[in-house]
Amino acid sequence: MTTSSAMPAVVAINTFREAVRDRVLYNLIFFAFLMIGAAILVGQISIGIERLVIINLGLSAISLFGLVMAIFIGVGLVSKEIEKRTLYSLLAKPIRRWEFIAGKYAGLLLTLVVNTAVMTVGVILALCYIGRPYMPYDKEVLIAVYFILLSLALVTAIALFFSCFSSPMLSTLFTLGIYITGVFAEDIRGFGKITKNPAIEGLTKVVYYLVPNFHNFNAIATASHGQLIPLSLIWQNTLYAILYVAVVLLAASAVFSRRNLK
Amino acid sequence: MSSPAIEILGLTKDYPVGFWRKRMRRSLDNLTLQVEEGEVFGFLGPNGAGKTTTLKLLMGLIFPTSGTARVFGRSIDDVAMRRDIGYLPEQPYFYDYLTARELLDYYARFSGLGAADRRARVEKNLERVGLAAVGKVQLRKFSKGMLQRVGIAQAILHDPKVLFLDEPMSGLDPVGRREVRDIILDLKRQGRTVFFSTHILSDAEMLCDRVAVLHSGKLQGMGAPNEIVSIELLGMEILFEAAAGRHLPAALLERATQTGARYRIEVPEADLYATLDQLKSSAARILSVTPVRPTLEDYFFRLVKGGPAPSYAVEVGAR
Repeated sequence: MTTSSAMPAVVAINTFREAVRDRVLYNLIFFAFLMIGAAILVGQISIGIERLVIINLGLSAISLFGLVMAIFIGVGLVSKEIEKRTLYSLLAKPIRRWEFIAGKYAGLLLTLVVNTAVMTVGVILALCYIGRPYMPYDKEVLIAVYFILLSLALVTAIALFFSCFSSPMLSTLFTLGIYITGVFAEDIRGFGKITKNPAIEGLTKVVYYLVPNFHNFNAIATASHGQLIPLSLIWQNTLYAILYVAVVLLAASAVFSRRNLK
Repeated sequence: MSSPAIEILGLTKDYPVGFWRKRMRRSLDNLTLQVEEGEVFGFLGPNGAGKTTTLKLLMGLIFPTSGTARVFGRSIDDVAMRRDIGYLPEQPYFYDYLTARELLDYYARFSGLGAADRRARVEKNLERVGLAAVGKVQLRKFSKGMLQRVGIAQAILHDPKVLFLDEPMSGLDPVGRREVRDIILDLKRQGRTVFFSTHILSDAEMLCDRVAVLHSGKLQGMGAPNEIVSIELLGMEILFEAAAGRHLPAALLERATQTGARYRIEVPEADLYATLDQLKSSAARILSVTPVRPTLEDYFFRLVKGGPAPSYAVEVGAR
């Protein structure tokens, strides 16, 4: 029998294939044109700050494109399979429901990694176009991309979680809501402190600890200004993302394992 | 003693209904039955009878309110058990971005088959369901009937011991239905157990060793198709042709239906010989005399219309 570790891999490869066949990666062509156009334009109008503009624009676009993909594909990962009943014949095979969840997650993550990697190459090529020599702090750009990937891994897990029991539209709203709350998590807690109201302060504190803190994953400005990203932050973000994703995927598996597929 | 191929023990399923989901609607009520190894077992019932609910429970797609089921002695909760079964869902729908060949290869991977074995089985089964020529076509271009064939191919791909088929003839043209019938008979010859739901009763009569009839979630009867239909005799059908230049008795003509030169008349068993004498005296040519028995269809419709189920059905169901 296929081992438990192989089952999610089979599902993951098929999920990646679906994204490729459904022309999801076509956005890369748009991104390529965006970067070429930006490089040409920036090279002409922003003397001295080309690097900053290209990195800011490129990484923001990578983050935005990835976010759109993670949410809009993620919310349909399970619900679409239930709605279209493609899941019925699959779950009658010797595969456990958690293996299916793990496979779907890994498949979308693989799609996002490929997408992000190709876009990163686009940013590097744009930087080369403006004729800038290699600088030691360029590795910070790659770390910023890594942080973007970690945040996309979190968003995908959340979207997948909602997809296990909710419609795609509601799942989109919930995921987007959590993402926006997570981006402003620090501000929300700060707001709670200002009010001096114990109830609001308590509530904002709970929200702060409950939602993923996406603010910590945004290193675009640091990278574009050539500042160093501390190693401790890399470790902290990596562990935080792994733990958070693990908890959300466990919750998704628990919910899905009890769900009746009517 | 070996375990039955399928053993269903008091399987019950309630669904919450209403806005607050506090009321429960019973879809399946205490279903108990056994299917022996090598049997072709028909699961009959009108829409909403609980056939698909039963199959979904057996496949672990939904969870029972109470009761349990086993396949060859292993619980339906045991994932490893699914290596021994094949399942065709009702109105199957598959990943339409895949070709038929890719889809079958994908499903074969879950059975742990090696690459060479997978390739060979995929080709063999595409051939078997008549789709070898379109194996490289994406499923989004397939008709409903072609998808049904793909569904059957994926169900039998890994050579399972027990097949669960939900309305396998649905959406198929007469040729397709014939082919599916042949596949089921072929599986039976190989000693496989086939459990299929249908409301095409002629298929059930033709294929099944035994059938169970389900209505409103309750088992109404179970037994061999001929046990259910052959006990009651409704009358005798006589097919005949009138002799040239001879008139038939008016009393007979009133009750007969004419198709071309042939007449058909249905009489009570007690009147058979008197009627035959009348026909003989009119020099009519008797073509056939056939007993008229209730078909599975009659039985089925009586249940659907809410009429009483024949007493023999209950007795058979009590086995």
